[in-house]
Amino acid sequence: MTEELDAGLVAQKIAESDMLGEPAPDRHEVGAARRRKEDARLVTGRTQWTDNIQLPGMLHVAFLRSPMAHARITGVDTSAARSMPGVIAAFSGRDFAGEQGTLPCAWPVTEDIVIPDHPPMAVDEVRYAGEAVACVVATDRYKANDALEAIEIDYEPLPPVLDMTEALKDGGPKVHEAGNRAYTWKYAEGDIDAAFRDAPVVIERTFVQQRLIPTAMEPRAVVAQTDGDHFTLHSATQIPHILRIMLAQVTGIPEHKLRVVAPDVGGGFGSKLQVTAEEVLLLLLTRRLGKPVKWTESRSEGNLTVHHGRDQLQRVSLAADADGRLRGMRVDLLADMGAYLMLVTPGIPILGAFMYNGIYKMDAYDFTCTGVFTTKMPTDAYRGAGRPEATFAVERLMDELAAELSLDPIEVRRRNWITHEEFPYTTIAGLTYDSGNYEAATDRALALFGYDKLRAEQVDRRDRGDPVQLGIGVSTFTEMCGLAPSRVLGSLSYGAGGWEHASVRMLPTGRVEVVTGASPHGQGHETAWSQIVADALGVPFEDVSVLHGDTAISHKGMDTYGSRSLAVGGVAVVQACEKVKDKARHIAAHLLEASADDVEFDGGRFKVRGTDAGKTIQEIALAAFAAHDLPDGVEPSLDSDATFDPENFSFPHGTHLCAIEVDTETGATKIRSYVAVDDVGKVVNPLIVEGQVHGGLAQGIAQALFEEAVYDAEGNLLTTTMADYLVPSAADLPDFITERTETPATSNPLGVKGVGEAGTIASTPAVVNAIVDALRPYGVNDVPMPCTPERVWRALQGGTS
Amino acid sequence: MIPAPFDYVRPSSLDEAVSVLADAGEDAKVLSGGQSLLPLLRLRLAYPSVLVDVGRLAELHGVRDEDGHVLIGATTTHDEVVRSPIVNAECPLLALAAATVADPAVRHRGTFGGSLAHGDPAGDLPAVALALDMEFLVHSASGERVVAARDFFLDYLETALEPGDILAAVRVPKLGEGWGFHYEKFHRTAQSWAIVGVAAAVRVSGGTGGEPRRVEEARIGLTNMGPTPVRATAVETAVPGLELNGSSYGPTANGNGSNRTNGSGRPGAHCADGAHAGDALRQAASAAADGTSPPTDLHATPDYRRHLAGVLTHRALLTAAATV
Repeated sequence: MTEELDAGLVAQKIAESDMLGEPAPDRHEVGAARRRKEDARLVTGRTQWTDNIQLPGMLHVAFLRSPMAHARITGVDTSAARSMPGVIAAFSGRDFAGEQGTLPCAWPVTEDIVIPDHPPMAVDEVRYAGEAVACVVATDRYKANDALEAIEIDYEPLPPVLDMTEALKDGGPKVHEAGNRAYTWKYAEGDIDAAFRDAPVVIERTFVQQRLIPTAMEPRAVVAQTDGDHFTLHSATQIPHILRIMLAQVTGIPEHKLRVVAPDVGGGFGSKLQVTAEEVLLLLLTRRLGKPVKWTESRSEGNLTVHHGRDQLQRVSLAADADGRLRGMRVDLLADMGAYLMLVTPGIPILGAFMYNGIYKMDAYDFTCTGVFTTKMPTDAYRGAGRPEATFAVERLMDELAAELSLDPIEVRRRNWITHEEFPYTTIAGLTYDSGNYEAATDRALALFGYDKLRAEQVDRRDRGDPVQLGIGVSTFTEMCGLAPSRVLGSLSYGAGGWEHASVRMLPTGRVEVVTGASPHGQGHETAWSQIVADALGVPFEDVSVLHGDTAISHKGMDTYGSRSLAVGGVAVVQACEKVKDKARHIAAHLLEASADDVEFDGGRFKVRGTDAGKTIQEIALAAFAAHDLPDGVEPSLDSDATFDPENFSFPHGTHLCAIEVDTETGATKIRSYVAVDDVGKVVNPLIVEGQVHGGLAQGIAQALFEEAVYDAEGNLLTTTMADYLVPSAADLPDFITERTETPATSNPLGVKGVGEAGTIASTPAVVNAIVDALRPYGVNDVPMPCTPERVWRALQGGTS
Repeated sequence: MIPAPFDYVRPSSLDEAVSVLADAGEDAKVLSGGQSLLPLLRLRLAYPSVLVDVGRLAELHGVRDEDGHVLIGATTTHDEVVRSPIVNAECPLLALAAATVADPAVRHRGTFGGSLAHGDPAGDLPAVALALDMEFLVHSASGERVVAARDFFLDYLETALEPGDILAAVRVPKLGEGWGFHYEKFHRTAQSWAIVGVAAAVRVSGGTGGEPRRVEEARIGLTNMGPTPVRATAVETAVPGLELNGSSYGPTANGNGSNRTNGSGRPGAHCADGAHAGDALRQAASAAADGTSPPTDLHATPDYRRHLAGVLTHRALLTAAATV
């Protein structure tokens, strides 16, 4: 064979390969950089998205949305719309008042929390701009939208409530009769007064976590249909299982007569962890009209009415000794709930409550959060959900503490973090971190970053008075994920558990079907689960299919959010495989006429120890199907279920370093370099981890530099288009330098931690710390997010320092 | 896209288009690349009765080198302008500015004439048109007329085009030898509108035999500094005769949008070092915002835009001069 032919063969092999880079050294699937098996259909669109669904006789729904933030509805006239061509029906909230119920809140964080009624379509009053007030059902989407313009709604304006601090004052306008305070939740540990009394150093800051709009690539879409008895709802949702239970409760459709399907879903970031007005209303419309109905939002409609994220006012203070050792921390939050409490709205800031101490040891911690109603779109989960806010606050404060004490920000962290030898460690916030190695991640990050060299350049630029200053930002973060131990959720008043379910079934031909309760919306579950199963059962990666997202196929599950899929759902897959293997071993022993104790399993084959006699797991699968010769008491077929409830959260951590150039003449910022060394425990697929880190970094950097939902003084959202709400593209981001340290979690048999949110949580403070670091010689000690060029420039003018 | 209903006509010649438009009345709109019009339709901010699609008319398309000027057909796409050898040789400022328009997808669909006819002061091309004194060839049922750039942009999204008019082409005068060009765009992301943009053409003398390099003449158009594009006349008047060598800037950052090198990236290193104090060119450039009334929007306030106009004009002049 000539060299040329060899080269051709190699090229062909590469083209055919599912693998990027080297296979795992031990030839195991777990750890291999498999290309995602779902990507071909996702990126080419040859799959079923909800909006692709076309059903015979299907009608199209469009919603009329309130143009006012707060108003009483005094009159509704849909008659002109109803007479327009192609229009089948038009309804206002009044038409569904007796039937539509209230959208659920599953997380009443305190006993005295105020949970106002939340009608899917407003009846008497609108409380945010964008709230649905009427809908049109027509033969196509265009006619439905045209007819919206013929609906007359009379509004009597009420004063908007936009500022949380103002909202809590007595005598002001109210969003709901019961007042604007939804709840106050407290946590305290240690003697906080003693920690602050006579503290040599106290750092106090107020940070604004701006309101963000989750921007999934796929807009929300819903299709509902009924045969008169059973109902099927397709939705671009993260949570088909939770949604089914909740919709059954809201609509009165019995749970066993309601099937919910999340087909392929194009991203969510928490925004599709919701029970939406549109999902409820489409079920009601199909019930009333007897026809299938579809609704797909436009991007602008989505910006208005997809639940928003963040929006907290953080008043935080840190007490420390003169050597930088932390004594205690106070956190006083105002969290903007928006106009209503949606599925987990009140719980989002509480998820952060356990994270303000970060990776650090301290003697006392005091946390208070007040949830406040405003006349804005409700907030809820958004990538990180509470933890980015907490991490931002503590990592910003650590940099401020370092500056106050003229210490290097890395050094002040070293003096306070939990050392590798101290794990497991129970923090001041009551969590037990099972494992971690902050030293290893930090040392590696410093080396990759060239920390000392960049510090030297920074000094040089300062000395020269260079109009372009250099700043270095540090973020040594951790987070709690793998949501969640059911008993912990119970103790926090959450309405459900945190377990996950998996079924693994060997088919007669030896192929494997896995049913997972974790419902993917872009994460790559099918690939990762296949890798886990391939190793556990000794079958080829290609022989595994993963089924998900349809409650008729995957009958139980807790869905996908909070970086839980692998750490909870993946472990359920492992456990189901173990059960399958145990049963197969039993059958194999019978067929091989050996004791089960003498049968070993290796590489997909059961073998009698010390002999050549053996059977492959595929042969056992066929035998279990035929059932001609099974041991007594063994049921035919080779399959099993497992449900895993984690005993603890998992705690990914890492060290992120960001160098930013700030043009002091214009306020422009440019990320010079960004290093992320993450420790997400054991890695199943490095390619997927890499993708999650990159996407997470982009989203966290977006909060630091670009994104902000802005309402005007009347409460109208100004950022309804992507020209106004700036989501960065690849062209706006630097090349990332990423690496991992691997400190396995000890709380689950896979040793995995979760990676879905790490990049987002870590990066925001790294970027803002870098900008502030660049500007410190100018007397600047904070820049509000997003750090737009104008805000940076104004900080330099002394405007916001 | 779910726009309100409209009729659609695709005439096969400019004459037919003009005649269709004349019959269609005031609510007709001309459609070319659709990159400005379609978003308006999508948001139901425009309710045209009929769209007259001129996008495929060959006679409106292409770049021609004519005596004393370059003729650019209205439906020539931004990308074609960016890649045109004639444009790059004779009026490179156009290519530099067009390369910063939105993103590659928009540049492949959006048209040169469409962008100018839209008359958005935040668009990148109107300021260039003004700086270069382009001429607009406008067709209607009553024939052809030529409108100078200074008479074309009347107000926010309002141009000299009347109902029934079609912008057929634009004439770009050739400036001749000794000119350098630069379009300095300051924006937050690679795809976003300019907060401020500066289109600069500079004629430079000196630089040989110990003669200092000086500005002889400058033409400066400003993007997004008012309801229409504007000329920075105070700077144009002040800079002739000023030395270039003593003027400098160091920054390599240019808006958050340039974290990666992209169309808006700008060289900085080749500008000569020198003291900032007593810098006459910088001083002159700081008057760029004189007489302007920049807008307030989500991305910037008028004060900040005025400040930026000065800083960016200085940078644009230096970078343009460095290309001579």
